[in-house]
Amino acid sequence: MKRAGRYIIFYPGLFGLWVLLAELKIWPPYLFPTPWGVGESLWAGFADNSYWIAIAVSMRRVLIGYGISMVLGMLLGLGVSSNRFLEETMGGLLVSLQSLPSICWWPLALLWFGLNQNAILFVVIMGSLLSVTMAMEDGRKQMPKIFGMAGRNLGARGFQLFWHVLLPASLPYIVSGLKQGWAFAWRSLITAEMLYVSLGLGQVLMMGRETSDMNAVFAVMVLIVAIGYIVDGVVFKSMERHLQHKWGLTVAT
Amino acid sequence: MSSNAQNIPTEFPPISVDHRSPVRSDGSRRKASAASLVRPVSAISTDVPKVGLSDICLSYKTEKGERLLALDRINLQVKAGEFLCIVGPSGCGKSTLLHLIAGLHQQTSGQVLIDGKPIQGPGTDRILIFQELGLFPWLTVGQNVEFGMKMKGLGKAEREEKIRQYLRLVHLSQFKDSYTHQLSGGMRQRVALARALATEPDVLLMDEPFAALDAQTRDLLHDELERIWAETGRTIIFVTHNVREAIRLGDRVALLTFRPGRVKSEFPVDLPRPRHLEDVAVAGAARAVLDELREEINRSLEVEYQDGVKPHVKTEIEQ
Repeated sequence: MKRAGRYIIFYPGLFGLWVLLAELKIWPPYLFPTPWGVGESLWAGFADNSYWIAIAVSMRRVLIGYGISMVLGMLLGLGVSSNRFLEETMGGLLVSLQSLPSICWWPLALLWFGLNQNAILFVVIMGSLLSVTMAMEDGRKQMPKIFGMAGRNLGARGFQLFWHVLLPASLPYIVSGLKQGWAFAWRSLITAEMLYVSLGLGQVLMMGRETSDMNAVFAVMVLIVAIGYIVDGVVFKSMERHLQHKWGLTVAT
Repeated sequence: MSSNAQNIPTEFPPISVDHRSPVRSDGSRRKASAASLVRPVSAISTDVPKVGLSDICLSYKTEKGERLLALDRINLQVKAGEFLCIVGPSGCGKSTLLHLIAGLHQQTSGQVLIDGKPIQGPGTDRILIFQELGLFPWLTVGQNVEFGMKMKGLGKAEREEKIRQYLRLVHLSQFKDSYTHQLSGGMRQRVALARALATEPDVLLMDEPFAALDAQTRDLLHDELERIWAETGRTIIFVTHNVREAIRLGDRVALLTFRPGRVKSEFPVDLPRPRHLEDVAVAGAARAVLDELREEINRSLEVEYQDGVKPHVKTEIEQ
């Protein structure tokens, strides 16, 4: 396969470049870590369970935060898209709030919730809520109107209509928004975790900085990227593929 | 039937007594097999129409802010078990009328009555089959048929039984677990029909359901629909722009005028069933309707081509 061929050339090449730069010793190792140093750090981190714990803590937080965002965002998006007044008022506000980096909520979150997990969750929610809301709003608008009418015609009302018709009908249109929401949630989480002793991946990374252990910093960065990639590439990809197959958008392979 | 209508063509033979059980191609009459699908008829009162439209008006604001009258004092009565076809030029509001009966839109004035009682929004006693069908692509054929029953809160076992029953009725039993995009246009029509029938509505509203199908499939579905109508005893209101189709299927044909939509005339169709699209009698009955329809089409063309050119339809518009 052509794609596999490109992977085989690109990734070892990138790795080779890293090895080369590290071996040339242009920068001292505490500024530019070597692959083996990072490897050792990863190994040690998993061996003493500290990385496992950090991953578990971070994943738990992001799942809770993103979960809340999904529910709230969908309801909010549905409200905004089905009510002219809300659309004209809230709609504009949502778009402008979207430009606010979620970490800007951190000072407020600290005052409201104190220096604890809830403050982090708040930042995660604020980071992803708007993406989900706007995705739902757009999805609802793009979704053919016929589905809603057919649902009502067949006796679906209120929550039934939302759950059995509007939500599944808009899924293909909102899945990319949900994916974006996830990416924002994940980034917001790591950022918030870096700001205090939180046990999560973000804090482990900051610990590396404080102990000038660039290997550990790099190792955690690798982990953050890897987890983000796995969720995106495995969870959302398979969801998309499943939807496309069901809706007949592509020929199933 | 339909003694209240004007323009009764007298040259057609009276309706045959057993016109509701069409003769199958093998000559046998089919009725007993679907006995369970037939509603008890005792509840039907003869003087109150199943569907009554009284003085339905619908107007709306255009982009420019003018009020446009789409439907003007529509009065129609449909008896229980009757097959009424509504024809009219495009833009006459015949689809809109079905949406009003379905309760999906609100008329400006007038009432839609079912068994003499005004409707309150959509209800499963009247199911509309949309022109675009509106089948749910995320559900299988079986789940689509199940949908209305699930909303009604029927038990799992009963739903399963009915899915089987109605898929058998439309000859789609093997496709229960397929998704709708895997089916042909004609099959999708039948899924929509099964989905609508499964909620056991008294009234079936059909909005140009066969317009997008090829001629062979359409002929087949005419036969199917006539058979299902005979077997289930539903009241059907069928909207089409194809006059021959209307004559082929209907007990009565109502012709709407072009903008605003008014009932111009009603034509009882007293031809024996089963009928065929090519029957001379069908073509003859269609001609009477067509002559009146043509006036309306010319009016609609004059409105649409407002640049001075006034095209007229002279020859047969039906294919």
